[in-house]
Amino acid sequence: MRPEPGGCCCRRTVRANGCVANGEVRNGYVRSSAAAAAAAAAGQDFVSLYQDFENFYTRNLYMRIRDNWNRPICSVPGARVDIMERQSHDYNWSFKYTGNIIKGVINMGSYNYLGFARNTGSCQEAAAKVLEEYGAGVCSTRQEIGNLDKHEELEELVARFLGVEAAMAYGMGFATNSMNIPALVGKGCLILSDELNHASLVLGARLSGATIRIFKHNNMQSLEKLLKDAIVYGQPRTRRPWKKILILVEGIYSMEGSIVRLPEVIALKKKYKAYLYLDEAHSIGALGPTGRGVVEYFGLDPEDVDVMMGTFTKSFGASGGYIGGKKELIDYLRTHSHSAVYATSLSPPVVEQIITSMKCIMGQDGTSLGKECVQQLAENTRYFRRRLKEMGFIIYGNEDSPVVPLMLYMPAKIGAFGREMLKRNIGVVVVGFPATPIIESRARFCLSAAHTKEILDTALKEIDEVGDLLQLKYSRHRLVPLLDRPFDETTYEETED
Amino acid sequence: MATATEQWVLVEMVQALYEEKEELIEEWQPEPLVPPVPKDHPALNYNIVSGPPSHKTVVNGKECINFASFNFLGLLDNPRVKAAALASLKKYGVGTCGPRGFYGTFDVHLDLEDRLAKFMKTEEAIIYSYGFATIASAIPAYSKRGDIVFVDRAACFAIQKGLQASRSDIKLFKHNDMADLERLLKEQEIEDQKNPRKARVTRRFIVVEGLYMNTGTICPLPELVKLKYKYKARIFLEESLSFGVLGEHGRGVTEHYGINIDDIDLISANMENALASIGGFCCGRSFVIDHQRLSGQGYCFSASLPPLLAAAAIEALNIMEENPGIFAVLKEKCGQIHKALQGISGLKVVGESLSPAFHLQLEESTGSREQDVRLLQEIVDQCMNRSIALTQARYLEKEEKCLPPPSIRVVVTVEQTEEELERAASTIKEVAQAVLL
Repeated sequence: MRPEPGGCCCRRTVRANGCVANGEVRNGYVRSSAAAAAAAAAGQDFVSLYQDFENFYTRNLYMRIRDNWNRPICSVPGARVDIMERQSHDYNWSFKYTGNIIKGVINMGSYNYLGFARNTGSCQEAAAKVLEEYGAGVCSTRQEIGNLDKHEELEELVARFLGVEAAMAYGMGFATNSMNIPALVGKGCLILSDELNHASLVLGARLSGATIRIFKHNNMQSLEKLLKDAIVYGQPRTRRPWKKILILVEGIYSMEGSIVRLPEVIALKKKYKAYLYLDEAHSIGALGPTGRGVVEYFGLDPEDVDVMMGTFTKSFGASGGYIGGKKELIDYLRTHSHSAVYATSLSPPVVEQIITSMKCIMGQDGTSLGKECVQQLAENTRYFRRRLKEMGFIIYGNEDSPVVPLMLYMPAKIGAFGREMLKRNIGVVVVGFPATPIIESRARFCLSAAHTKEILDTALKEIDEVGDLLQLKYSRHRLVPLLDRPFDETTYEETED
Repeated sequence: MATATEQWVLVEMVQALYEEKEELIEEWQPEPLVPPVPKDHPALNYNIVSGPPSHKTVVNGKECINFASFNFLGLLDNPRVKAAALASLKKYGVGTCGPRGFYGTFDVHLDLEDRLAKFMKTEEAIIYSYGFATIASAIPAYSKRGDIVFVDRAACFAIQKGLQASRSDIKLFKHNDMADLERLLKEQEIEDQKNPRKARVTRRFIVVEGLYMNTGTICPLPELVKLKYKYKARIFLEESLSFGVLGEHGRGVTEHYGINIDDIDLISANMENALASIGGFCCGRSFVIDHQRLSGQGYCFSASLPPLLAAAAIEALNIMEENPGIFAVLKEKCGQIHKALQGISGLKVVGESLSPAFHLQLEESTGSREQDVRLLQEIVDQCMNRSIALTQARYLEKEEKCLPPPSIRVVVTVEQTEEELERAASTIKEVAQAVLL
């Protein structure tokens, strides 16, 4: 159940968005004078490249608060980061770099769950050695002459890590979805996709040519109804049975912080003989007692998930994606995946970073660093979420998910929150439409094992202040603060007063 | 008001329907998730390269000279490039841990975009973290449902995927045939006159490649620019093969023909060939390129390029700017091997003499594609045994719109010496004679 703000907050939000709409009136004046100028400049009557109304939101809302995104950094994206200061003298239409660097900004925006974004340590040394030996690029595809021994080593390690028969690695996480879903399903197949799936899953589903049906976010009744109807009624118009049904879900949804209801999805999949494609981009390394992802978190068998997909960008501090599953699946992908035939393979130093960090998480490098990181992340998550709830903010998502969305609702608060936090030396990510519904803008914190308790306490103190300043404490449930001291008689007497 | 009997009949019907549904659910059998792959599928067992895929490389345990990697300028194992990447690794680590919008923009990325824009003499450039995703994200950012795209039949797979994602009307014209393109444009003009209101909002694009990957031929850019202004269609030029190869300074096919770069609306290229790094870029006027920063899917929803690869690309650009002589050297070597491979009985050279990546196709097909592929693989394997590393050009047979015939790909780089080129040509000649006759 999601906590909801009071009614008057909703009304204010809608009114605030309405105020933005009066920009359309202003546009009318601007357009008529600008049109003549533009026509003269183009002078060649080409059809205009962009639609007027498509840009409306960009010009009137996004441009005013544009300084909260694309902030350039110039250090490792670890727990603290250095941001290059920018200034704008024309209301964010263009930026100039002042040359100053804001040092030591607490980084609550990078996907650095296990803290492997480092420029020192065993991962970096191993990657440096491989870079010296192999070079940075590969200049060929996997099926031609770009399959290095390093790639074979990586795939074998990934398969062992996930507990599956075989795995295959690709150069880009986004492309892993958009190039492999079309290889698995085609016309005559059905894809059941969660409402809030990532753009890469949506693109992959569209490119495959299969029929797509959306079920409500994490709602098992909605999914079951779709499955039942699909099998009973078959394809639309022809009523022929579907060739196969593929369910697309994610481990952790990055804008909601919610964890997929995996046991129920697997039960449904087994009952209706569908196939399950699990995208663990955010959950691999971040969930589970040994960081094996959402399958381990629920204590399930990896063989129940037909296609386990994930990325190396978030918890392994590298780039690229992988797919794991049965040997037949991987053999098929090796011959039919678009990426294996037409796209360059992973760069060798990046492969080495993944291998070293994965071995570290598995504990195979002889240290307990991996285990400590996983535990530290879990502790940070619980502590941070608890403290924010106590302060009175509305937080979405599961208790154990390291992605923490804090609701802002009003469009003006998006810009205000981002700027106030940067003034206090904390870098946060704020998101609004179109990544989220238009009245549910939020700030999203990504916790990391690299965050120490001091860093989290500093951040929480500032969030508290800004929350009071901007009136963000919408929650109507007040949690009793946890007492640090063990329960004894004196404590009992104090609370009585 | 239904009587008791009627109500009972209704209940029975509903129960029967429910049981029927359960039966249908029980009976339905889906296809297996993937069809089985035969063990001798030509693409199943990859060649394993031990060590770096540079000029002298070890493939499947044999030492060979590399005629298969797109390392045109030999920058893959250049010590300066490696040093620059190493410095970046020591400063930033490996990954960027975020997309460009959320603390994933590093000063290295901004530098690289700046340098690329200056090198190509355009206003702005934008980088992507994957070469394939560059053109596949750029096309759908501009061309939407209802727009019309005229594309060459020999366009590469990445362009085809970009077009598929855009949901626009696709009109294919015969490879490099400007008369066919003009015919299609004229037909479209007639359609426009019938419906001028619709024509005013329908955008038109022409998508071509500088040097075609599938055929090794160059596109007739001057005629295309003329057609652009005559029929008001914008040109998107894909220069993956020609960037860093054609032109006096390696700026690509626009420099080769001496065309003003502002005439081309968007140039897209990947940095995985001549620049020996990973990723891709688009360049053009700011008005055009800036749009991709919010609507390029591969840019907004994907993690940014690792800084060490961006630093490697910057150093590669530096080297290209400092030694403009290498382009002439590459051109000469291409010409040399092109001539040497003419006149092999059974194989014909497909591609122009200035293309560093060209194809060797069977002069006469045996009739079945499988058999052709097997013959060519035999030639490749025997060349490998004689220390010349070659590869077949790989395609997805069922997915390509216009499937090219099977061929062996030969790649020329500046690192290959004249003796090596001669030896390769003679080896291929001998092996082809042995296998095909």
